[in-house]
Amino acid sequence: MSHDDESPPARRRFLAQGAAAAAAVLAGGQARSDEAAPPAVPEWMKSPGADVGSQTYGRPSRFEDGIIRNVPKGLQQYISASSRTPLQDLDGILTPNGLFYERHHGGIPDIDPARHRLMIHGLVETPLILTMDDIRRFPSESHIYFLECSGNPGFEAIKGWTASDLVGLVSCAEWTGVRLATVLAEAGLNRDARWVVAEGADAAALTRSIPIAKCLDDALLVYSQNGERLRPQQGYPLRVLLPGFEGNMSVKWLRRLNVTAEPAYSREETSKYTDLMPDGTARQFTFVMEAKSIITRPSGTQRIAPGFHEITGLAWSGRGRIRGVQVSTDGGESWRDAALQEPVLNRALTRFRLPWRWDGTPTTIASRAIDETGYVQPSFGALTAVRGSKSFYHNNAVVPWRIAADGEVANGYA
Amino acid sequence: MATREARALVGTALLLACAGTARATERLGIGRPASEAEIAAWNIDIDRDGRKLPPGHGSVAQGRAVFEAQCASCHGSRGEGGTGERLVGGRGTLASAKPVKTVGSFWPYAPTLFDYIRRAMPMNAPQSLSADDVYAVSGYVLYLNGLVEEGAVLDAATLSAVRMPNRDGFVPDPRPDVKP
Repeated sequence: MSHDDESPPARRRFLAQGAAAAAAVLAGGQARSDEAAPPAVPEWMKSPGADVGSQTYGRPSRFEDGIIRNVPKGLQQYISASSRTPLQDLDGILTPNGLFYERHHGGIPDIDPARHRLMIHGLVETPLILTMDDIRRFPSESHIYFLECSGNPGFEAIKGWTASDLVGLVSCAEWTGVRLATVLAEAGLNRDARWVVAEGADAAALTRSIPIAKCLDDALLVYSQNGERLRPQQGYPLRVLLPGFEGNMSVKWLRRLNVTAEPAYSREETSKYTDLMPDGTARQFTFVMEAKSIITRPSGTQRIAPGFHEITGLAWSGRGRIRGVQVSTDGGESWRDAALQEPVLNRALTRFRLPWRWDGTPTTIASRAIDETGYVQPSFGALTAVRGSKSFYHNNAVVPWRIAADGEVANGYA
Repeated sequence: MATREARALVGTALLLACAGTARATERLGIGRPASEAEIAAWNIDIDRDGRKLPPGHGSVAQGRAVFEAQCASCHGSRGEGGTGERLVGGRGTLASAKPVKTVGSFWPYAPTLFDYIRRAMPMNAPQSLSADDVYAVSGYVLYLNGLVEEGAVLDAATLSAVRMPNRDGFVPDPRPDVKP
């Protein structure tokens, strides 16, 4: 992708001005214009601004037009594809709904909620059909959870320039809905119920089997995200949300739950979303997304000057809370504890920060997450020593960023 | 699933399943019952053993015609791949440096082919093929992989009887498996 195309106008102007100004500007910073500096009074103070309600659904400032989803260019088709969250351009832990990552297998359906139904059948006492109005009558809950695609990134050709290119298939939101357990209880589970097969109302009719323990634990049926109804890209009007599990299982556009004694062994849990090992076997039902982190600033394609920088990034674990994040600024020789932004939430993105002075010598920086189970995010070498490089899914390795003498930050894998 | 975590999951499931039954006495009265006809109209799930496969049948020869009309433009006329995935070949490569995952080399269960083609293919018109056409095209893809004879006719019984080469190739999740 061309990063200039996706930069804010001010940053594009800066880039056009050439390297002479580079030393004055830090990573992600915008060009400073002195036109509005004292004693001048800027023009936006000299006449009234736009009317209240001039945007009935608000949008970011036009100066932020470059902060957009990272959509791969030149694919043969975009029906089954993904777009990534611009992690390096965001602060805090919540992903704006318009920037939440996408992975669809049959395009984005345009569903009329009045015509949408959820069917619950199989090993239940009373098979049910629920309207969206019905589903909103159930007792509701809101929780902040991350969601991550299981191939984020793969194990081979980890090219990419930005944090988004590398691990932009993770996002985090506050989800509102009903516990799946509550809805299943309404139908009444039979004693031999062990799995629930969820099906989407998209052109892939995507199906995944969910173990009953997860269904009765923290699984949600979600209709709202960050306070508003789900966006079509995230499953409007109804989706499954399985905290900490690979994103593919949180079936979007949910229309059917088939309670079964065995998994469906659907295409998405046999030929896909299974992890091929060096001996030719493939691991199946690899649900949990293990602990992971990435430094989002400074990160790839940014440029830093010698002096003070706050290193910041995101950490998460499908097994629970993040206990700590360690940061190395010397290529992994030593590690220091970063500060974690409270609240540190169960199975949510956690923001970490570490103050740092760069002395101008080339180095490599990286972060590693430790979760509440004591699990430590592994290096890529440690991961591939066990799993080889053909498993594609569940690469949670440390992401290194190389910093060159001129301050340019680049992918440490490349 | 034989791992420690899997046993814990099942244990939790049993406990919670009992709790679920208890809660069932306090139903909220939301929604309406689904009839057998409604369930039959929507339920397209096929198990790995093929017990839920529908009536119908299709020959490899019919499957070749359906494939050329509906599938070949993406998957290639011999299933060699294109815009769509490669469907054929790759046997014996899974443990190599260049594994090729196809229906023939990787898919563990033949009935899953029926399930997936019926629900999701062709990509521009999913759920448009008749059951006979889905049997036929499933048979053709299996034939291209050398797993059924050219004269074969596929139905619920014969499709379920196909033993896929990689049937025993899947193992449970042993993670956490990596030390830093």
